[in-house]
Amino acid sequence: MELSLLTIIYLVAAVTFILGLKMLSSPASARKGNLIAAFGMVLAILGTIFFYRDEEGKVLHNYLWIFGGLAIGSGAGWVAARKVKMTAMPELVSLFNGMGGACAALISLIEFNHLSHSAGNLSAVSGGTLLIIFLGLIIGSISFAGSVVAWGKLNGRIKDFSFKGQHWINFIILALVVFLVAFILISRPETSGMLFYAVLFLSLLYGFFFVMPIGGADMPVVISLLNSFTGVAAASGGFLYDNKAMLTGGILVGAAGTLLTILMCKAMNRSIFNVLVGNFGGGAAAATGAAAGGARAVKEITASDLAINLNYSKSVVVVPGYGLAVAQAQKTVKELEDVLEANGVEVRYAIHPVAGRMPGHMNVLLAEANVPYPKLVDLEEANEMLAQADVVLVLGANDVVNPAAKDDPTSPIYGMPVLEVWNAKLVVVVKRSMGAGYAGIENPLFFHDRTKMLFGDAKKVLQDLVNEVKAL
Amino acid sequence: MLDWIQNHQQIIYIVLLMVFLGIEVIGRVPSVLHTPLMSGANAIHGVVIIGAIIVMGKAEPDNYLALLLGFLAVILGALNVAGGFVVTDRMLEMFKQKKSK
Repeated sequence: MELSLLTIIYLVAAVTFILGLKMLSSPASARKGNLIAAFGMVLAILGTIFFYRDEEGKVLHNYLWIFGGLAIGSGAGWVAARKVKMTAMPELVSLFNGMGGACAALISLIEFNHLSHSAGNLSAVSGGTLLIIFLGLIIGSISFAGSVVAWGKLNGRIKDFSFKGQHWINFIILALVVFLVAFILISRPETSGMLFYAVLFLSLLYGFFFVMPIGGADMPVVISLLNSFTGVAAASGGFLYDNKAMLTGGILVGAAGTLLTILMCKAMNRSIFNVLVGNFGGGAAAATGAAAGGARAVKEITASDLAINLNYSKSVVVVPGYGLAVAQAQKTVKELEDVLEANGVEVRYAIHPVAGRMPGHMNVLLAEANVPYPKLVDLEEANEMLAQADVVLVLGANDVVNPAAKDDPTSPIYGMPVLEVWNAKLVVVVKRSMGAGYAGIENPLFFHDRTKMLFGDAKKVLQDLVNEVKAL
Repeated sequence: MLDWIQNHQQIIYIVLLMVFLGIEVIGRVPSVLHTPLMSGANAIHGVVIIGAIIVMGKAEPDNYLALLLGFLAVILGALNVAGGFVVTDRMLEMFKQKKSK
């Protein structure tokens, strides 16, 4: 009775996961989709706790531990997710993803210990089961180590790091892992226990080295990829326990996550291979670019001059970037939009698909400030609009408006579609300093004839502009 | 190995179908929703917590290593699930504000 009840619960949960994911891919239903999937998850968790029976029909025990862990974990997760600032959400997602990966690896670890103790030696365990345990261990560990590195990179704790021949070392580590697993599976040596820990260690190492050389600007793609890894790791648990809910959820995320990763790369006009192997923002190119740039001078503009320019232009286009998110200036930019529109200036926003730290980052940010949706213009349309614009205001964006992506084949971001702001009559770049963008490369836009710089924190600059326009 | 495939064929079919379904279901997502979708998918793979609960619930009460590791697994899984869904909801909250406008 309990078991068939659990089967139905898992069935419902699987449907909510599929439905939730489907609804998440359309703006109108996304929020409801998330809630539906969450509901299915709670159902599946409670169902497992109360109705699960093992092969001998025994119920689970250690309820105190289970509920204790659930309370601690979900409490901490809830608080972290509630308190986190808008700008830090991507790195938190990465961290949560890492926790899921670690969870899958721990399950494999415990199951392996259990099997090798209860069976005495491993020869009695079927190869398929062992392989699944290893799969969960390896993929879970890679996802955990990689996600933690990605988290550190996004919040600036970890700097990009690569050395010559690193890809070979990565390859050797991976080959070693495959070899060890094959060796254990085939010959079932006495020392399997120790070798198991060697596999665990090497997998963690691989995750670390895998993400380490990838530039911070590419972290969204990496997180999405690791996200699908964790999905596969979770599914391996589903294999192990013949659990359809875990299997459905895990594989679904594994497949959807892989596609999402590819879609994200496409939005940047790059291939996954290029993102993972092409060391971005490293050494030589950035150094020469900076040296060349240092010799040239930039033109500055004051807030009051800019206010006049803005007020007497017909069309103003705002290009938001990560700097806007950091300064939390989304409400102030909306305020500027309001005062300008009141004076008959048309204000629109050109949104680059990868502006900010995550695709869609800017849309979310501006939506928070109640900027109407039709005012946000996509890349292609924006480039037509930019040529007509009187003033383009670049707010804390850098790499997405870099002309080098179009005309400098030596640039690491060559080929990436960018917002062609330099076609406008006047470009004003609001920036805190002359520092390079996230990709670590110099931006020739700053030295362009029609570009003027306005140094300062985006929020403060915008506030000044609002006051100046009002005073006109 | 062949036996193993024979015994698990039902599961293998599910895997195959889910691969295609997963790709199909998000095929038309606009780039605005990439981040919330990733975050939502992140929460969904938190189902791994079911495995953690089973492992925890099966551990012998005197096997402290298994208890401790299982406990840790449950905590991490719960973090993934609760944090994942809540943070996704917060991201999507902002889309809703825009809608009501």
